[in-house]
Amino acid sequence: MNERMKGVWWKLLAVALVVYTISAGLTVEVPALAILHETIRNLFFHVTMWFGMMILMLVSVVYSIKFLSSSDESNDIVASESAHVGMLFGSMGLATGMVWAYFTWGDWWVSDPKLNGAAVTILVYLAYFILRGSMDDPTKRAKVAAVYNIFAFVLLIVFLKILPDMTDSLHPGNGGNPGFNTYDTTPKLKMVFYPAIIGWTLMGVWIVSLRVRLKTLAINKMEQQ
Amino acid sequence: MAGLAGEIKHLVIKEFHIEWKNKNTIMGILLYILSTIFVCYLTFKQVVDPPTWNALFWIIMLFASVNAVSKGFLQESAGRTLYYYSLASAEAIILSKLMYNILLMILLALISFAFYSLFLPNIVEDMPWFLLGVIAGSTGLAAAFTMVSAIAYKANNNGVLVAILGFPIILPLMLVVIKFSNEALVGVDRMDSLDNLLIISLLDVIIIVLSYLLFPYLWRD
Repeated sequence: MNERMKGVWWKLLAVALVVYTISAGLTVEVPALAILHETIRNLFFHVTMWFGMMILMLVSVVYSIKFLSSSDESNDIVASESAHVGMLFGSMGLATGMVWAYFTWGDWWVSDPKLNGAAVTILVYLAYFILRGSMDDPTKRAKVAAVYNIFAFVLLIVFLKILPDMTDSLHPGNGGNPGFNTYDTTPKLKMVFYPAIIGWTLMGVWIVSLRVRLKTLAINKMEQQ
Repeated sequence: MAGLAGEIKHLVIKEFHIEWKNKNTIMGILLYILSTIFVCYLTFKQVVDPPTWNALFWIIMLFASVNAVSKGFLQESAGRTLYYYSLASAEAIILSKLMYNILLMILLALISFAFYSLFLPNIVEDMPWFLLGVIAGSTGLAAAFTMVSAIAYKANNNGVLVAILGFPIILPLMLVVIKFSNEALVGVDRMDSLDNLLIISLLDVIIIVLSYLLFPYLWRD
């Protein structure tokens, strides 16, 4: 029982945090800001997706590095599955962002460094999946995919770092827009925002762990046949 | 270290020899660039807007580099690859490929620029500064596509892969290069655009160092 609890507590925490995020996120008192109004609540559902995605992509790269230094194929499974779940977060971040943008900026897509950064991130990982799909030999696939993952991630981080300096952003808190910065984020918002990041990320880790187990079982079954 | 330098020297000379023997390939790429420029000339007729003139040039460079650089690994036969594997270290192979492709790409970029200026009138204010951008930019393009084509080579030699793997990761470089050459184009004070030149050089260094570190893992089977 005790052993079992060890593996379960963080899943309970994830559920509790997400339930808290949804309930408190919809009811917490928010500052009255022009343009944003009640849509500021998207902070807990949209912004946290990007945090979750970047954390999962970082996990993916770390496991790619671990794979290259150890050649242990279980590391490759984690790297690939984290990237998949990271993409899921990215798609949800994009979806929540587009709906929000339509009602706040009046269009589904605008030229904004954050949007372009998100689009490039998605292109990089789609290319990563295509690369994986083009090879049959698992050892070779793991190696080549790990090399691309590291190469692309470093350049992606540079891109996300450089891009905002090149152009002005419409995003709240950038270019004089009200929103997510030290002056506008009230303690009440933070009380929901930080737990929301942890909650969604733990959910992502949970999905990754399930997918890794599934994949490992599938591989073991294939080997038995 | 002396051994590595020697290996690189021989491998770069070998690349030049192979290129000279297969003049057809390099001539084909030159013709590819020339045709692209000519198509742009006939479709655009005249480009007066500096940012458009500049962006068009760099898009042509992007496609030129995909084709020129990716042949580096893709045209190697499996037998020859095995032969290099037994002769030289992975570090020497990637450094020599990088060096050769960078030289080739700079040369191609300068030739393309001459053709491009011929057909679409040259409107560059600060010429030396613009050419510096062309050299720094093509260095980065060549280096990035060298590594990407090595990855694609390992992944069953798929030509489309080079483009889909390369385009998203080349974007940071492309954006800074385009910004820098735009500034040279309209003649911004050099001190003001120096930052961008430094960022381009930094990106070049990052790409080369990453290739150097990661290639050995790719090479060993």
